[in-house]
Amino acid sequence: MIFKLYLWAPCWPARSVGLHLLVLLGLLSSAAAGKAAGAQSGRLSVEIQYFEVKRPLRPTLSNLVRPPVDRGLQGARLGIHDNNSTGRFLGHHYRFATRIIPAEADWRSAAREVLAGPASFVVINAPAPVVRMMARDPAAKGKILINTGSGDDDLRRTLCAPGLFHTLPSRAMRADALLQFLVKRRWTRLFLVAGRRPGDAKFAASLKRAAAKFRARLVAGKTWIGDADLRRNAAREAPRFTQGPDYDALIVADEDRDFGQYLLYNTWLPRPVAGSVGLQPVAWSPVVEQWGAAQLQRRFRKIARRGMTSLDYAAWAAVRSIGEAITRLKTAEPGKVRAFLHSEKFALAGFKGRKLSFRSWNGQLRQPIPLVHETAVVAVAPIAGYLHRLTELDTLGFDRRETECGH
Amino acid sequence: MRLLAGTIVAVLAYALAMGAARADLAYVSNEKDNTISVIDMNKLTVVDTIPVGLRPRGILFSKDYRLLYICASDTDTVQIMDVKSGKIVGTLPSGDDPEQFALSPDGKLLFVANEDDNIATVIDTATRTVVAEIDVGVEPEGMAVSPDGKTAVVTSETTNMVHWIDTTTYKLVDNTLVDQRPRYAVFTPNGKTLWVSSEIGGSVTLLDVASRKPVAKVGFRIPGIAKDRIQPVGIVLTPDETLAFVALGPANHVAVVDTKTLKVVTYILVGRRVWLLALTPDGGRLLTTNGISGDVTVVDVKSKRPIKTIKVGRFPWGVTVRPTKQSK
Repeated sequence: MIFKLYLWAPCWPARSVGLHLLVLLGLLSSAAAGKAAGAQSGRLSVEIQYFEVKRPLRPTLSNLVRPPVDRGLQGARLGIHDNNSTGRFLGHHYRFATRIIPAEADWRSAAREVLAGPASFVVINAPAPVVRMMARDPAAKGKILINTGSGDDDLRRTLCAPGLFHTLPSRAMRADALLQFLVKRRWTRLFLVAGRRPGDAKFAASLKRAAAKFRARLVAGKTWIGDADLRRNAAREAPRFTQGPDYDALIVADEDRDFGQYLLYNTWLPRPVAGSVGLQPVAWSPVVEQWGAAQLQRRFRKIARRGMTSLDYAAWAAVRSIGEAITRLKTAEPGKVRAFLHSEKFALAGFKGRKLSFRSWNGQLRQPIPLVHETAVVAVAPIAGYLHRLTELDTLGFDRRETECGH
Repeated sequence: MRLLAGTIVAVLAYALAMGAARADLAYVSNEKDNTISVIDMNKLTVVDTIPVGLRPRGILFSKDYRLLYICASDTDTVQIMDVKSGKIVGTLPSGDDPEQFALSPDGKLLFVANEDDNIATVIDTATRTVVAEIDVGVEPEGMAVSPDGKTAVVTSETTNMVHWIDTTTYKLVDNTLVDQRPRYAVFTPNGKTLWVSSEIGGSVTLLDVASRKPVAKVGFRIPGIAKDRIQPVGIVLTPDETLAFVALGPANHVAVVDTKTLKVVTYILVGRRVWLLALTPDGGRLLTTNGISGDVTVVDVKSKRPIKTIKVGRFPWGVTVRPTKQSK
């Protein structure tokens, strides 16, 4: 088993790094003995394990669609850095262990090894099956797992594992955000185009659910078969493909960005395109700058040398949530941290204009969803006017009664 | 006779000149216009708009009101404006991205929060040199110096702390955890209590300066406005310390807090995304910068009602008032 241990302390003076290295070495031996608590009273050393299973890179029409390879990891790194900046004033230190495996590797044994490891806090950036298996594994008991990589609706609706949290918004939250906007603009007649890959069907299902929830109408639906090279003849294929009854907006489920981008400006009717392309509901985007977000973007760019994506944001929010809870509680005992994360006392300053908290019933991080295009934020959901008796943020995604989670 | 007429003219001219000078002048930094708007507080109109450095945010006067210090955040300097001429006459080496700052009571030292660098910079205003750089938490923001000049505090937005700095050694002496995203700090005039606003926490914490511990918290509630839209930022205390005004950001209201009971007396509706506040020197009027609506609301303190909203530049951020009696 290969665990990489990093110490992130770039802004500390050199001698203090040396000092903390000593502390770290001391703690490594205690961690090996199965202890994760701090050495002295008041001092805490917390290990956060980052576990990533790479997504398979599927071929796309464009040869330029290549998402950064370190999405998620860099967000977690920044989170550790932010935690330690606070922690050094309190005697709290956060160590970062990473385990990253390729898509084709045996993720089951890797996941079991991670759960058998010393870290009580595990940040998971992996597809839904990995998250489900880890959350159900008996070895996860007493640990806190945070899903930062899967937007799968079932993980929020039916899995109901008490120690599992999600900082990435579900597909349902993103679809609800988009539909709130479309309905607010009175673009209620929708044409849904979905690709044939598994994620596309899932996002299309979320969009349909959201359309029903906010009283929009699907007037047409088509599946993109994907046998034409749209780079050469989008102007000929797309208009014919998007013919049909009159509609106000074309919504697209194309999670790998295989074909969707070629539909923009090529629809039969002059209509806006939204969903996986065009106007996109996201957890985060490099174009978000309000509410102090510009500072987070700059800090991220400094360490990652690229823009911050939704996966980075989710990983950052996961690590920061653990840090925020431990800062307030002054203990890293997982049971107490879990109760605190579920409670109303927890609030994360997440640069989205409102405090963020976790839904007690399924561990989903409540959060505003920016609706963005390549260069600007168009709107931020919840859109004004959509009301909820507790918090407008719960107009996005699954409310308590829509899940099978009783707690 | 001619002598008399001449005297009358002279007296009239003098009276006019004094009349013009009698007005307090409010200076407002416009973050997205790179200008300072000057408001005549008698006429309640903008009488001047002065171009300054990039992204002006924090502004304050030297103790003699001859100079205006301006955090030009994107120029990475503190600019010095000669108030009489409206010209920039120099800069202070503030470090990167200065946002808020505070002057020591003797006016000799300027404490600057460098938001992007996680440090606070101390500048000697006479020699215009950096005296110290102090490592603080992530995104330092609010700055204040105690009335006795012995303690400076800086709030860090992401670390969620108040950092206490000894102004003789420039060392951190303590760090106090407060609610999420502390934005602004102000000492009571008697120096015993520090008020700190937490934007995301939605609260104002009162800290005992001697023990550096939180002693009380003020919460806010406005019917019809979601709790998480109530985001306290600017705070100003009346000179007699009986009332505190707290700007509530996107809630578009200013809370009036009784400093004895710590209860909110009333909420005053102002412009959109109300940010920072200032009082006229006599304590009679409150000014609010309303970032999104691009204006300044003038509130009558006695009746606690807005009198007028004045259009300024884009995204007004800071505001400070130059009193009449200092005018020459």
